[in-house]
Amino acid sequence: MSTLLSKKSRQVLLGPLSKNNPITIQVLGICSALAVTAKLEPALVMGISVTIIVAFSNIIVSLVRNTIPNRIRIIVQLVVVAALVTIVSEILKAFAYDVSVQLSVYVGLIITNCILMGRLEAFAMSNSPWESFLDGLGNGFGYAIILIIVSFFRELFGSGTLLGYNIIPQSFFNVGYMNNGLMMMPPMALILVACIIWVHRAKNKELQEK
Amino acid sequence: MESILNIFVKSIFVDNMIFAYFLGMCSYLAVSKNVKTSLGLGTAVTFVLFITVPVNYLLQNYVLKEGALQWLSPQLASLDLSYLSFILFIAVIAAITQIVEMAVEKFSPSLYSSLGIFLPLIAVNCSIMGASLFMQQRAFHNIGEATSYALGSGVGWLLAIVGLAAIREKMEYSNVPKPLRGLGITFITVGLMGIAFMCFSGLKI
Repeated sequence: MSTLLSKKSRQVLLGPLSKNNPITIQVLGICSALAVTAKLEPALVMGISVTIIVAFSNIIVSLVRNTIPNRIRIIVQLVVVAALVTIVSEILKAFAYDVSVQLSVYVGLIITNCILMGRLEAFAMSNSPWESFLDGLGNGFGYAIILIIVSFFRELFGSGTLLGYNIIPQSFFNVGYMNNGLMMMPPMALILVACIIWVHRAKNKELQEK
Repeated sequence: MESILNIFVKSIFVDNMIFAYFLGMCSYLAVSKNVKTSLGLGTAVTFVLFITVPVNYLLQNYVLKEGALQWLSPQLASLDLSYLSFILFIAVIAAITQIVEMAVEKFSPSLYSSLGIFLPLIAVNCSIMGASLFMQQRAFHNIGEATSYALGSGVGWLLAIVGLAAIREKMEYSNVPKPLRGLGITFITVGLMGIAFMCFSGLKI
């Protein structure tokens, strides 16, 4: 590992997983993070899609960063991202139609996902393509981790399944266990993310505000 | 007329952009520290929605939809350009946001400086793009319905951000557990507001 990646690259790749997480620390890309987490499967697909799109849009923008006039850079970035999202959306429709129906508009909304614009502006515009690629991967994974944690709890307690398989045994239901319908409601996603933030910041005291 | 009013009320309370779909969360959390700024941003978002959704509605129905180009020539009836909708919608939104930014800079410099970076970022505010995509998905019957949907969504967003800002202003004085300070408690507050808004579900006129 140490020969493959320099110290800075490793920092760029692994930082977003915890200390610099895009969702809980940088507050980027929350919209889609919460909306697709009612089930584990769409959350996984969403995490992978976002990781791919962030990594590749970071590379492309980093390659052309010296030729973009400053005034129109946002539009250029949006077009790069929109083209990539269109490709991913068509691929999803072709190979995973059910999931793409569940994700509905949120695939299209990856375009306006703040993670993309945030990373493009903050990192890809001023760094080399290879480091931008690592940064994109790292932030994509950081985003996917939160999605997976939230959707894991929501699907387990909300419908008693994981990836569609029953986890809670029938005998539990016979004794009177009930699925928690509130878990499937949108507000619970917010409260779960708040709990993740709580645990995360209680462990890392330097991240606490004020 | 009835359906237009119905769509308007529903998009404010039932299908609220923030509480039901989490759209526009990034700027929602970042700008809601005081009521005045959030009122400005909410108005800007409503205004941009009010313009972009009808424009995108026309684009969708006369250019992108399957067979939509029939008015140009009958040969184009089988053409389906909807895979271009992401790029065209975002281009329209970016262009209109640019115009709004210039207008605000000229007519209200104080609002311009208080909105800061978030004015150009309205272009990447998920609620704007989201409204256009929902408009495409729900296939409204006419432009009036699309416009009332846009206006309702904007007002709903405005309502949500002003409400949160008012709560956060009061929360400055309360004693929150250290790890929850800032972002954590804001998330919980939004969650509780969302639960409160759930009581509107099923509302109909």
